[in-house]
Amino acid sequence: MSKPNIQLDNNGRLKHFLTIDGLKREMLNEILDTAESFTGVSERVVKKVPLLRGKTICNLFFENSTRTRTTFEVAAKRLSADVLNLNVSTSSTTKGETLLDTLRNLEAMHVDMFVIRHSDSGAAHFFATHSAPHISVINAGDGQHAHPTQAMLDMFTIRRHKGEFTGLRVAIVGDILHSRVARSQILALNTLGTSEVRVIAPRTLLPSDPRTMGVHVFHDLEEGIKDVDVIIMLRLQKERMTGALLPSEHEYFQLYGLTEKRLRAAKPDVIVMHPGPINRGVEMDSQVADGPRSVILQQVSFGIAVRMAVMSMTMGTQAQGAAGR
Amino acid sequence: MQSEAIDGLITEMVQAIKTRLEVQQATDPVMIGIHTGGVWLAERLHKLLHIEQPLGTLDISFYRDDFTRIGMNPKVKPSQIPFEVEDRHIILVDDVLQTGRTIRAAMNEIFDYGRPASIILATLVERSGRELPIQPSVVGVRPPLTNEQQITLTGPDPLNLIIGTSKQETRGTS
Repeated sequence: MSKPNIQLDNNGRLKHFLTIDGLKREMLNEILDTAESFTGVSERVVKKVPLLRGKTICNLFFENSTRTRTTFEVAAKRLSADVLNLNVSTSSTTKGETLLDTLRNLEAMHVDMFVIRHSDSGAAHFFATHSAPHISVINAGDGQHAHPTQAMLDMFTIRRHKGEFTGLRVAIVGDILHSRVARSQILALNTLGTSEVRVIAPRTLLPSDPRTMGVHVFHDLEEGIKDVDVIIMLRLQKERMTGALLPSEHEYFQLYGLTEKRLRAAKPDVIVMHPGPINRGVEMDSQVADGPRSVILQQVSFGIAVRMAVMSMTMGTQAQGAAGR
Repeated sequence: MQSEAIDGLITEMVQAIKTRLEVQQATDPVMIGIHTGGVWLAERLHKLLHIEQPLGTLDISFYRDDFTRIGMNPKVKPSQIPFEVEDRHIILVDDVLQTGRTIRAAMNEIFDYGRPASIILATLVERSGRELPIQPSVVGVRPPLTNEQQITLTGPDPLNLIIGTSKQETRGTS
């Protein structure tokens, strides 16, 4: 028995975007196709379409972020929405306000959408469950749980370069244990029919049984990236590390750092991705990060189109819900 | 209406557009078709008018005024305007003109690319049901239709006009 997916409305359309989990391949493709049509908007003289004119979108960030918050802001503005940016880490939660009180206060300001990042897994889900019926919620990263828009912009980048997912071999390298990005990527890659998803990491940075995620596990970088089409490097999340999981950054680079020399094991047309921010000399050296196979900056540009797609799709379902107000 | 008859209408439209451009003294025009039927029609007109600049295409989904009622159209095609709009004479092409809302949206989008010198509107079909003060410059045919009747262009090859009864297509606001 599957419980109803809170992310979908009664017509099966995307109402909230909280996790890749439970979404069908058709839905992921719809997001990618919609994003494709938004890429042109950013290249025009007037980088704006009037789709969400008069809507108020609240970027609610309980955790630091520059890239994600900025691309959400740009995406909202290119859809003509009004944007509120709240960095709550420096705001009233330090005065003891609960998450529910924060939500109720912002609702009273007639916000139409929340984009939320929080260090607790499930925070976005909590918002989606408790907010008024006309409000849409987008998860911009919750704890170690999910970061679905990052995963979708990565899927978009892969599709742009490689076309179909069937036949592809994709390796994800680094801190799988703490990474909500990796969790969302693995779900998305498998949903889209990727032939093989590999994770490459030291045992201390893997969950206890990674195979249940539908991946092949490698502990050696060169062995793991052999013949892959796509390499996704993850950031070493120093802020999430507690306990002695790694001897040192230097030693991590010696074993798992991506260099031009190591890259030769992969397919010649391999693309290298990274969600940013890069720790140069830790996850990869600058030669790779700035090299011809790197698509890291494209990921940022595509992130705007993907976020525009998700925002407009979820806001589109408000139609019936808000009509009676 | 069958494709031969439509070819005849298109030939007449080409003449009418030429005359119209001359009257307006509009030189070196460019053409923009509105997805999907308008693009099929524009492809033919563009060729017959020997327009130098490549054909532009618009998908007005991002500019629709009914977004808050019906939501996102899942099959949006990217708009492509491969020329400068600024100070150009534009021939805007659509298949059916009914409410005028599509044309309103298309003009809004065109103005986001620049300020054209002029826009003329060419539609294959003009029918009753206008909700906005929008007037075509060149029309292929004006069939007498009741409010319940829908007229749809099928294509791209061959082009056919099909008349049906309403409620087949709730998204259509030509």
